[in-house]
Amino acid sequence: MGTYIPNTKEEQLSMLKEIGLNSMYELFDAIPKEVKLGAPLDIPRGMSEMEVSSKMRKIAGKNKVYDSIFRGCGAYRHYIPSIVKQVTSKEEFMTAYTPYQAEISQGILQSIFEYQTMICELTGMQVSNASVYDGASAAAEAVIMSKERKRKKALLSASVNPMIIETIGTYISGTDMEMEIIPVKDGLTDIESLKNKLDDDISCVLIQQPNYYGLLEDGDAIGSILADSDIKYIMSCNPISLGILKTPAEYGVDIAIGEGQPLGLGLSFGGPYLGFMATTDKLMRRLPGRIVGETTDSQGRRAYVLTLQAREQHIRREKASSNICSNQALCAMTAAVYLASMGKEGLKQAATLSMSKAHYLAQRLCEIDGYEMVYKGEFFNEFVTTVNTDVDRVLQVLSDNGILGGYPLEGDDKGQLLWCATELNTKEEMDALTRILREVQE
Amino acid sequence: MNNMKLIFEKGNTNRGLDLMPECDVPVTHVSAGYERKKELNLPHVSETEISRHYTKLVKRTFGVNNGFYPLGSCTMKYNPKINNEMAGLPGFSDVHPLQPIDTVQGCLEVYQLADKYLGKITGMDAMDFQPAAGAHGEFTGLKLIRAYHQDRNDSKRDKIIVPDSAHGTNPASAAMAGFTVVNVPSTEDGFVDVEALRNAVGEDTAGFMLTNPNTIGLFEEHILEITSIIHEAGGLNYYDGANLNAIMGVARPGDMGFDVVHLNLHKTFSTPHGGGGPGSGPVGCKDILVKYLPTPRIIDNKGMLAFEDKNEKSIGRVKDFYGNFLVVVRALTYMMTLGSEGLKDASENAVLNANYMLHKLKDTFDIPFGNGRCMHEFVMSLEELKKEKSVSALDFAKALLDYGMHPPTMYFPLIVHEALMVEPTETESKETLDEAIEIFKEIYNKACNDPDAVHNSPTTTPIGRPDEVRAARNPILRYNF
Repeated sequence: MGTYIPNTKEEQLSMLKEIGLNSMYELFDAIPKEVKLGAPLDIPRGMSEMEVSSKMRKIAGKNKVYDSIFRGCGAYRHYIPSIVKQVTSKEEFMTAYTPYQAEISQGILQSIFEYQTMICELTGMQVSNASVYDGASAAAEAVIMSKERKRKKALLSASVNPMIIETIGTYISGTDMEMEIIPVKDGLTDIESLKNKLDDDISCVLIQQPNYYGLLEDGDAIGSILADSDIKYIMSCNPISLGILKTPAEYGVDIAIGEGQPLGLGLSFGGPYLGFMATTDKLMRRLPGRIVGETTDSQGRRAYVLTLQAREQHIRREKASSNICSNQALCAMTAAVYLASMGKEGLKQAATLSMSKAHYLAQRLCEIDGYEMVYKGEFFNEFVTTVNTDVDRVLQVLSDNGILGGYPLEGDDKGQLLWCATELNTKEEMDALTRILREVQE
Repeated sequence: MNNMKLIFEKGNTNRGLDLMPECDVPVTHVSAGYERKKELNLPHVSETEISRHYTKLVKRTFGVNNGFYPLGSCTMKYNPKINNEMAGLPGFSDVHPLQPIDTVQGCLEVYQLADKYLGKITGMDAMDFQPAAGAHGEFTGLKLIRAYHQDRNDSKRDKIIVPDSAHGTNPASAAMAGFTVVNVPSTEDGFVDVEALRNAVGEDTAGFMLTNPNTIGLFEEHILEITSIIHEAGGLNYYDGANLNAIMGVARPGDMGFDVVHLNLHKTFSTPHGGGGPGSGPVGCKDILVKYLPTPRIIDNKGMLAFEDKNEKSIGRVKDFYGNFLVVVRALTYMMTLGSEGLKDASENAVLNANYMLHKLKDTFDIPFGNGRCMHEFVMSLEELKKEKSVSALDFAKALLDYGMHPPTMYFPLIVHEALMVEPTETESKETLDEAIEIFKEIYNKACNDPDAVHNSPTTTPIGRPDEVRAARNPILRYNF
């Protein structure tokens, strides 16, 4: 059995004696007998570190790690600079608590302040929080943030990732908010339909850029429709794309959110990831979650603290803007170290490489009979194609070759594949993929 | 001492790392109208500068590896390194969440095993791992309670009762889940006021939230009566797992009458806190609530684990994908290492260490509740010191910083004035506790004899006390280039 208790049995006994007790059992005198567990916990006995390591490695070995991945759909494999993991594995960063004691937490606080600055820069927005759980909860929090006394209905584009829409649905069900879906036309938010739905009770419009199908939405058109209205414009963005694509601020967005995972976080079977949220100065006090601010210390030196806490649960309790307490601090630091490593040019390069590779892949795929682009619009690094035969068979053959193919869409889009490329996909790999797909056809 | 520079104030234009190759396919440019026009300011630093920058930040950070961290309610135990090593295995960290189900059987096995272990530890019938942190778990658990009542066409139940000693997240989560919050007072002894509770329940009671041991570190002596008052009124009982570290292998929420629980894997199960996350806040529940759990659920389909996402009764998804997976890997590693007897040992020693400290401090400090005993944590009140010497709990905490120790939780729970809440955890040695006890007494004496010295602390930390009012009045939330 492994243990992390330093005191020996003898020391434990002497401590018990000192407080006037004879056994561990007596420590729990205050627990009524009726609720005490009569038998040991029905789980296996503990193991040595060596045994645990071997057992966990066996379990990990049951998963398949693909050499080559052409799937995104909310989780993207990008190159992670070596220094990122080294920095974020430092024991102090990993094991510190939320930085309530600012005097001994300047490291964490400054790292969050730097993260907030970088998120503002990426999105063009004025204020960022210290992160929330993930892209979906960021979207849900943004929708809740948009609520006004008379505006309680959110309009969500059907081209937003369905997981995000579902999460928003869970968050607002049972509250006084409701939501309505704006349909898509040719893979894009149907702007005419959006216009028709605008009303005095609408609190926000949420779109995703690039959208679920990888397409670039006409963010300007939506921006000008919503400009000068009290309806909040919310945009969920891919942070890597912002190295080259128009920022939410340039579209006139009020709340920019997104999944921060592409910024140096591994795929990790879905988590931990990172939800980023940024907004305008005007909406600053409605932003949920931790926020770090700059101030001075008793000697006038620059210092950082958790600030604007009057919004938060530990102060306002049931009147708080959100219940969020833990955020994803270490993931936010990961994103900051990633962005520091990449710099402006590196991020631009990763974005350009991803976009170029995706366009090359689209071109090669469409050379195969039966593979066609489903949508004609502009795209970044994801796109949808038809498939010339059974989708499952195609994916199985690819998988047998160590390739994770495009994501098989569901519902009305069944039979289509959502492909993704990043800087990690080489020309050689994409040529091999096309070769294999041709063989499946035959 | 100079200001610590921000990373934006280091390096020089055109400095940077060389990370990616030339493009091996024709370059595609963004079409007009979609391209970024706004200048992008990111750091322009070398790898050396990044490395040194964060090393400087490390020196200004206090982790569990730096010293004693008796932060009540937060369970700052030592974080075993093997947990991280296992989470770093490529078989876990390089798996895409949308891979074919037969290629992620190991990931699903992690969830299945964690479900089994935590179910036994809490006495619950099923666990769900989607919630990313404790507060997220509370929200999810409360949604289950709502779904339960609605499914029974009992929709008038819109009130959640919480004791006045509850964590702030409890009422905040209840409000977020669409409930009205009813606060019930605590007794003079620090327990739930059973009579007040009896008067508070009714046909509109949806549920009751409780931390047990409660937030002053005492086990609710009338727990069975409390939970049956709620059940008899038609409500459900919610267990806030923040203090589970006191009772593993000793007692289970499932046997106390609780219907739904959330745990904080980053507390009790030693996955690190990461400076404020990522955490993991799995929710456990009794059979009556299983059908409402978030989708997708993991099912065992003739030996092949799979996701089931068709369930009309489910409250739906609370997060993208399935949860903070790598945090659960760490927690499972920890549970496998300790096992049945090790988890109980951990709780016993957590309670022993807290009682030892309490015993040695009770003659010096006012410890208003528990008659000299506690579970895994205890709360001191510095009300007298504040009154007589103007030394507040905040001053006391700041003085502790000069001794290389993280202070206890301050000003919580709200029912204790000038509260300091001490939770030593089981991973601290007797020497560490003895040293801390001496430090507490020394500061107490200093507070009595030379209160100004305490008011002026800390003096040895990277910064002195920050001006929080200024930060909130004139918010500077980003660096301006």
